[in-house]
Amino acid sequence: MYNFEFEKPSTIADAVAALGSEDAQALGGGQTLIPTLKQRLAAPSSLVSLSSIAEMQGVCVEDDGSVAIGGATTHAAVAADAAGSYPALAALAGQIGDPAVRNRGTIGGSIANNDPAACYPAGALGSGATIVTNTRQIAADDFFQGMFTTALDEGEIITSVRFPVPQAASYQKFLQPASRFALVGVYLARFADGVRVAVTGASEDGVFRWSEAEQALSKEFREDALMDLNINPANMIADLHGSKNYRAHLVKVMTKRAVQATI
Amino acid sequence: MPKDSGIGASSKRREDVRFLTGAGNYTDDINVYGQAHVYFLRSDIAHGRITKVDTSAAEGMPGVVKVFTGKDFEGVGGMPCGWEVTDKHGAPMQEPPHPILAQGKVRHVGDPIAAVVADSLEQARDAAEAIDLDIEELPAVMNMKAAAQDGATLVHDDLKNNICYDWQLGETDDAKVNEVFANAAHVTTLDLVNNRLVANPMEPRVAVGEYARATEDYTLYTTSQNPHVIRLLMCAFVLGLPEHKVRVVAPDVGGGFGTKIFHYAEEAFCTFAAKACNRPVKWTSSRSEAFMSDAHGRDHVSKIELALDADNNFVGLRTNTYANLGAYLSTFSSSVPTWLHGTLMAGNYKTPVIQVNVKAMFTNTVPVDAYRGAGRPEATYQLERVVDKAARELGVDPIALRRQNFVTQFPYDTPVALTYDTGDYNGTMDKLEAAADLTGFAARRSASEANGKLRGLGINCYIEACGIAPSNIVGMLGARAGLYDAATVRVNATGSISVMVGAHSHGQGHETAFPQVVADMIGIDESMVEIVHGDTSKIPFGMGTYGSRSLAVCGSAMVKATEKVIDKAKKIAAHLLEASEADIELKDGQFSVAGTDKSVAWGDVTLTAYVPHNYPLEVEPGLEETAFYDPANFTFPAGAYACEVEVDPETGQVSIEAFTAADDFGNIVNPMIVDGQVHGGIGQGIGQALLENCAYDENGQLLSASFMDYAMPRADDVPFYGVDHSSQTPCTHNPLGVKGCGEAGAIGSPPAVVNAVLDALNSGGKAVDHIDMPVSPSRVWAAMNG
Repeated sequence: MYNFEFEKPSTIADAVAALGSEDAQALGGGQTLIPTLKQRLAAPSSLVSLSSIAEMQGVCVEDDGSVAIGGATTHAAVAADAAGSYPALAALAGQIGDPAVRNRGTIGGSIANNDPAACYPAGALGSGATIVTNTRQIAADDFFQGMFTTALDEGEIITSVRFPVPQAASYQKFLQPASRFALVGVYLARFADGVRVAVTGASEDGVFRWSEAEQALSKEFREDALMDLNINPANMIADLHGSKNYRAHLVKVMTKRAVQATI
Repeated sequence: MPKDSGIGASSKRREDVRFLTGAGNYTDDINVYGQAHVYFLRSDIAHGRITKVDTSAAEGMPGVVKVFTGKDFEGVGGMPCGWEVTDKHGAPMQEPPHPILAQGKVRHVGDPIAAVVADSLEQARDAAEAIDLDIEELPAVMNMKAAAQDGATLVHDDLKNNICYDWQLGETDDAKVNEVFANAAHVTTLDLVNNRLVANPMEPRVAVGEYARATEDYTLYTTSQNPHVIRLLMCAFVLGLPEHKVRVVAPDVGGGFGTKIFHYAEEAFCTFAAKACNRPVKWTSSRSEAFMSDAHGRDHVSKIELALDADNNFVGLRTNTYANLGAYLSTFSSSVPTWLHGTLMAGNYKTPVIQVNVKAMFTNTVPVDAYRGAGRPEATYQLERVVDKAARELGVDPIALRRQNFVTQFPYDTPVALTYDTGDYNGTMDKLEAAADLTGFAARRSASEANGKLRGLGINCYIEACGIAPSNIVGMLGARAGLYDAATVRVNATGSISVMVGAHSHGQGHETAFPQVVADMIGIDESMVEIVHGDTSKIPFGMGTYGSRSLAVCGSAMVKATEKVIDKAKKIAAHLLEASEADIELKDGQFSVAGTDKSVAWGDVTLTAYVPHNYPLEVEPGLEETAFYDPANFTFPAGAYACEVEVDPETGQVSIEAFTAADDFGNIVNPMIVDGQVHGGIGQGIGQALLENCAYDENGQLLSASFMDYAMPRADDVPFYGVDHSSQTPCTHNPLGVKGCGEAGAIGSPPAVVNAVLDALNSGGKAVDHIDMPVSPSRVWAAMNG
């Protein structure tokens, strides 16, 4: 890696100030950024670690019943601490990567990176979460804007993510055999006013909602409601691990399994 | 009763204490005072002409000691190939130069162009980025069949084409082979790919070169399976150094799997640069570099045809294979698709007419060489897949079809140049059928089906040729090395023993198993014996460890040397006991006079050898003997494997529910270590069958260049294995009766897995007759829905 300055602020305000310098880069758990730096594929002037900011840590239940997770909370902490308040999300966090990744990687880092095969974007979009930053609140529907692209401005920090808790939810992840990211992952959340289905790993446009499935399942929450639905393979990812058609097929299978798991 | 020490005991692996407590001493742990670091600038394009390499800016960068390019190596040799294959027309193989750093052209992604030596690795890397490089890109030669056509782009401009050799083994008369097929009652044909693999040992390659100006001695520390071979090749063919002035040390090595047999450019570079820079030079491969610079394995494209008569006897076999050698000839690459592959095409069967055809191709890919099994997995996979397909086509039981065609009389001369000394294929199959509980399969299938899964059973046999082989024979076949091994048994005055061996342990457990043999022969505690390996300054000239040869070849040398030691010790004991040498017996570490109660202990005899006060005058003092052992034949481990899989018909996901191996390794020194070797081999075979795929795009870019895309088998991808080694036909021509067990698992398991998946799909009404490895979920799903 190239040389860089390193800062470890203890408040959000100090972090924002530090990120104001040219080519500064926020560092969450570093599970994507550090390998990128090691390969010399990025050359930030300074890294601003968000891991010592107390107000960005932890899982809590808000007055309205939603679950708020600090942006610097690790996957392992979410898996443990959200298990009672939002079990499906905790289960998602507990399946990310391996123990080393889960004890370093953070929810804010994952969501800000918006890897097209990452798990958290599906959890956030499927739950209809609100991404809270140092300047504003962004609905998940507006936040995820395509592969590795989000609504975040330069220097903007995800301080927390607020999840409305559905009546039932399930994350069904079909593993890419090498990376064990999602080859296709489907997060299904059933709320009183309808069903949300978010899909990761599959699309060239990154995480997306399968609105036909949402409508069908909102009308009638059973597996058969999906029977006549199909995903158009045209926008699916094709790579070593699966064709467009295979991914389109898996979206349906994983959605069915999510329905089975929540029924 | 299992023994608790000596031959046949499952002695715990003594080396594991240091490996598991982080106390191993690997090459990267070696840091020499004043060492500099080298960074190799590697080509990021597959094929191109180098039109400019300007290092002037890089040379002025902070910390830079020296920058090397191909020009610096014009006066030295290239990387040699250790086996000259003669093609079917009698011509020698085409053998292009393989420079240490690219000269004129780059030929694969990862081909080193320049090397920067600097005080730190980061400085070397900074300077490498300042090298001004122009490469005129040429079309990448990727497809082997297209590469073989007239007019194809040439990987090496000075060769007449991209075909290294067009080789044939077995029946040379095409008309006779054609006649066998024309008269056959049934012919089964299969086109298949043996997927390219990256070995990925846990420890990447490392080299540290050192030069002592005062004595003009060189030392190379390197991650090697065979330090003496590296020293010989580097001294004699690459750098032109006097062998006695060069020491090669391979300390603890974290896995080899074949890929650390070969002499690599980075080793020669560090040795050369240590003198040129007057500083020790160290290179540690990154994992990314390993993917594009370690020799790859397999990569065959084959067509195999099996002819059967009306009674389902195998009457003819013909194969046509394209074998990818990559851009350059790696050290033993030429032998893999030929003498390690074609010779195994008879398998366990008495097929009378066999013709093997192999075209070995140069392409713009990383060189391909031996990887666990080396040629034998490719042979076994073809044969056992086509036999399985034939059974399905004929509607006969795949085990019965195999049994019907087994070789049952030994020795057996195959039509493809080997003589199997011994074996009992029916007996081994009996063991498999019992151990795998095949009678219970139908019930297990029903249970799986009740859960919505398809269950399949895959059976296969294998035979391999290990302990390669008589040097005079391999010499006639083109080997440029002898294939003996050596051991020196040095008995110390107090009776403890150091055995200096040519074999090299990089995970196999030699440090435990070898002492078991010596201790057993003398009747002393195993802890009194230790082996020394991996340092050319300490060990006799041996050929190292690969091809499941260590115990069969080096172990035999050790037995011979120990016998010499015992013979001499008996002379000393006879003198002490005032008896005739012929009457001296050695048991449990005591020399005694037969029929009397007179005895003298091992330790008293060894002390006398070094303090020869009361000593036979005609005997030299000391107790140290060396033996070289050249085998009379290969050894032929064989076995039968069974794999049970479940296939999820919705996703194509395959899970291995059971895997049972019945192997005949002849006599076994340490059953626990043998089980472990088989476990590891099966794990790698399952990796090849289900997961691993080294893939390039049409421009020669490596698509699976990291663990993000190259799927290694993990613990939860494999089941608990059942292994049965009770079928034992001892090797007839080495003193221990051992055959070798290191590669069997990797040879025997891929066809078992694929056969099982196809059985599962067919049981579900899907008439799928082949899926290429890796049998990934997407490929299974495509086959089911294609």
